[in-house]
Amino acid sequence: MRKAGILVATALALVLPGTGALAAKDQDKDKKEPSAAVKAARDFNKDPYPSTYKPYPGRATVIVGATVFDGTGKRFDKGVVLLKDGKVAGIGGSLAELDVPADAVRIDGTGKFVTPGIIDAHSHLGDYPSPGVDAHSDGNEMTDPATPNVWAEHSVWPQDAGFSRAMANGGVTALLVLPGSGNLMGGRGVVLKNVPSRTVQGMKFPAAPYSLKMACGENPKRVYGSKGRAPSTRMGNFAVNRETWIKATEYRRKRDEGKLESRDLKMETLAGVLDGTILVQNHCYRADEMALVLDMAKEFGYRVSTFHHGVESYKIGDLLKQADTCSAVWADWGGFKMEAYDAIPENAGLLFKAGACVVIHSDDANGIQRLPQEAAKAQGDARRIGIDIADAEVIRWLTLNPAKAIGVDKLTGSLEAGKAGDMVLWNGNPLSVYSRPEKVWVDGALLFDSSDRKRRPVSDFELGQPGEGDVK
Amino acid sequence: MKRALLSAVALTVVLAATATQAQDVAITNARVVIGDGSDPIANGTVLVRAGKVVAAGAGVAVPAGVKAIDAQGKWVTPGLVVAVTDLGLVDVGAVDDSNDSAAGKSPFSASLDLSTAINPDAQPIKVSRAGGVTRAAVAPIGTNTIFGGQGAVIDLGADPQAVTVPRAFQYVELGETGASRAGGSRVATYAELHNALGEAKEISLAPAGARRDDVLLTRRDAQALVPVVTGRQPLYVHVERAADIRMVLGLRQEYPALRLVIVGATEGWLVAGELARSGVPVLATPLNDLPDSFEQLGSTQSNVGRMKAAGVRVSLGAFFDQPRYAPQYAGNLVALTRVPGASGLSWGQAFAAISSGPAEAMGMGERFGSLRPGRAGDVVIWDGDPLELTSGVVKVYIDGIEQPLDNHQTRLRDRYQTPTEGSLPKAYDW
Repeated sequence: MRKAGILVATALALVLPGTGALAAKDQDKDKKEPSAAVKAARDFNKDPYPSTYKPYPGRATVIVGATVFDGTGKRFDKGVVLLKDGKVAGIGGSLAELDVPADAVRIDGTGKFVTPGIIDAHSHLGDYPSPGVDAHSDGNEMTDPATPNVWAEHSVWPQDAGFSRAMANGGVTALLVLPGSGNLMGGRGVVLKNVPSRTVQGMKFPAAPYSLKMACGENPKRVYGSKGRAPSTRMGNFAVNRETWIKATEYRRKRDEGKLESRDLKMETLAGVLDGTILVQNHCYRADEMALVLDMAKEFGYRVSTFHHGVESYKIGDLLKQADTCSAVWADWGGFKMEAYDAIPENAGLLFKAGACVVIHSDDANGIQRLPQEAAKAQGDARRIGIDIADAEVIRWLTLNPAKAIGVDKLTGSLEAGKAGDMVLWNGNPLSVYSRPEKVWVDGALLFDSSDRKRRPVSDFELGQPGEGDVK
Repeated sequence: MKRALLSAVALTVVLAATATQAQDVAITNARVVIGDGSDPIANGTVLVRAGKVVAAGAGVAVPAGVKAIDAQGKWVTPGLVVAVTDLGLVDVGAVDDSNDSAAGKSPFSASLDLSTAINPDAQPIKVSRAGGVTRAAVAPIGTNTIFGGQGAVIDLGADPQAVTVPRAFQYVELGETGASRAGGSRVATYAELHNALGEAKEISLAPAGARRDDVLLTRRDAQALVPVVTGRQPLYVHVERAADIRMVLGLRQEYPALRLVIVGATEGWLVAGELARSGVPVLATPLNDLPDSFEQLGSTQSNVGRMKAAGVRVSLGAFFDQPRYAPQYAGNLVALTRVPGASGLSWGQAFAAISSGPAEAMGMGERFGSLRPGRAGDVVIWDGDPLELTSGVVKVYIDGIEQPLDNHQTRLRDRYQTPTEGSLPKAYDW
């Protein structure tokens, strides 16, 4: 697992321009042995609370005769999918194409649909858990506008019942849990496998990169302006961001030159972004602000993986395509705050038409249960303005695209051989309001079965409460 | 009674005014949904004359001289009815200046009349209309008491006359929200409620008389509760947990005239038998399934289906969300009928739960909410199954008048079909 993590990190560093990790190593050779303090500042454990998740046991399973959307945009009518050893072992149009073990569980998928596990690129499950009482408000460290030192995983309460609802009703198998948007730099997000666990480490997606949550616009300036401190304006937002990036650039230079004398949690996260090993997830509603953020990213040599809540992304589909930055959007929610005033239901459709990356996200413990429904609404609204998008493409907005947005697209997000056995069997087309998950597998283990009431997670909090183990 | 009669007369005048602009129309070759819980009717016709439904269903003849629209097999339904919403009170929720849904600093509470702030030009009304919503019960307004003011029944027509019935009902919070407003405990909500109803009773017995010197309510607020204690105005009560629902049902022992409507009712399924026996209508928030608070620990999406099966007069409302999502909520309840162990609604029941059901809970079932004869000509034509996600609205009629469906969103959509500028900046493209 560790190895995979390092490989992914290196791969990302190579892809990104302006990253100096390799060059720095060469320079180090010529230097004399660094001091203990310098070593500590440089060679710290990058993953001090590592994932302890191990796939649960599963049986080889083949689904025959279902309509299969593979997550990459392909559709197989009367297709077959084989899960084996926790992985997707094969997918195709007929059984003859697959090497099915004799003892495999065989499921008749006639009239049913199969998709990769649904992925939510924007969730606060665990850091704003149910019940939503003040004592559970752990998503926004609103004591400083830049808190890249806080990590969402240290807030996640694994007993949030929302995780089980996301699986049972939404087919969600992986999610990015982010800090909130009260701060310009809200902290690190963590990718989780949607598996019940006693500890957050037991949910952490092995080898997934970290993300830095950033936020544009109204929230940070309102939160800090009302405290009588910077930022209180949008220009203040940028000033604080740029000053912080300047510090991070300086920190990283010193680090690469072996001149650091102490660790700095804030700077370690930001240097990780500049190295390309930590992805940027930027909450940003307005098109004009997104365009400024893209320039800020260029100024400091990082990349914005995804704009979240980009209700105005449709105004700059061309710029977003060029930047290869995804937009994680709702289908048709908007208008609730000034910067959401120009939200339109055709946002996703217009982005798709522009060739930009579309992700449907939730940011909500209820919405995460209905991501395919949101995508279907966007599909319908696109069709009414002449943009026809095939079901299989729309499914990509919930699977491979969010996997890419959060940095796990090599591991999950599509039903390609060798990828994680994260899969959902639906009782009808998932883009219909009348369909629900029938079975959900995570790494090949069957963790939800609508016809087996004991194959339904019940959190500690729900034990002994009214409706314990109910259908929900 | 007098008041009811007066408002009925006033309404007749209003309706007559709109009816003069309404054109007679017959929508033929339609898949007709009456909205009363029955199944859709293939090849049906909906006939609207003088702003009202004359007939709907199969075998309806189109009288000579009435304009006929061929629906080409499309779905035709009554307009959607959404109860307990801030429609018309708000332009942008988080822009306080544009938001009239809270008045916590006002010295008044129960007397606050929401009909005075309804803005028929607000974008949320236009956007909801384009989503097929034609009528709404607007409430509550946030106050510093348990009372949420006198709610308004409105239509979403593109005309200045938005209010169908002003002061249609009173709204009260008796759960966690009420407790925090009343001083920190449910115990205090009941003290506040009994005191308020008591002051109203005293005023009703001696309308011009002097009041005790230890009253807590302004005369205006106490006066506003008179129609509640005398049963002339329904009382919408927001509660979620089973124990609170039982307490509310018990109020009628002391105040037999109360016309209760329960709002929210996340744990209604736990007291479904009592609710059914009471005959009290329920406007349930659909799809709650998280233990979001300690008054919602028993939440399940099967709540509505279980209540319906037990005979509760349940329909949907209080989404605290966009009104045009009503069909999605209803469709999800149909989905539950295919989930082992879950309870949902049939298609017909689900559509009724967002049309005639809320209209009846409001006491307006004779006026609108279905395509039964005599109801307002609120009709929507859809390009597919109205509960299905990919379907959209083709035409909307309110009181027989075809409505404009454009709004800020559609204008932006048209401008940005192509994001890049042409020979002039985007600002010239309109």
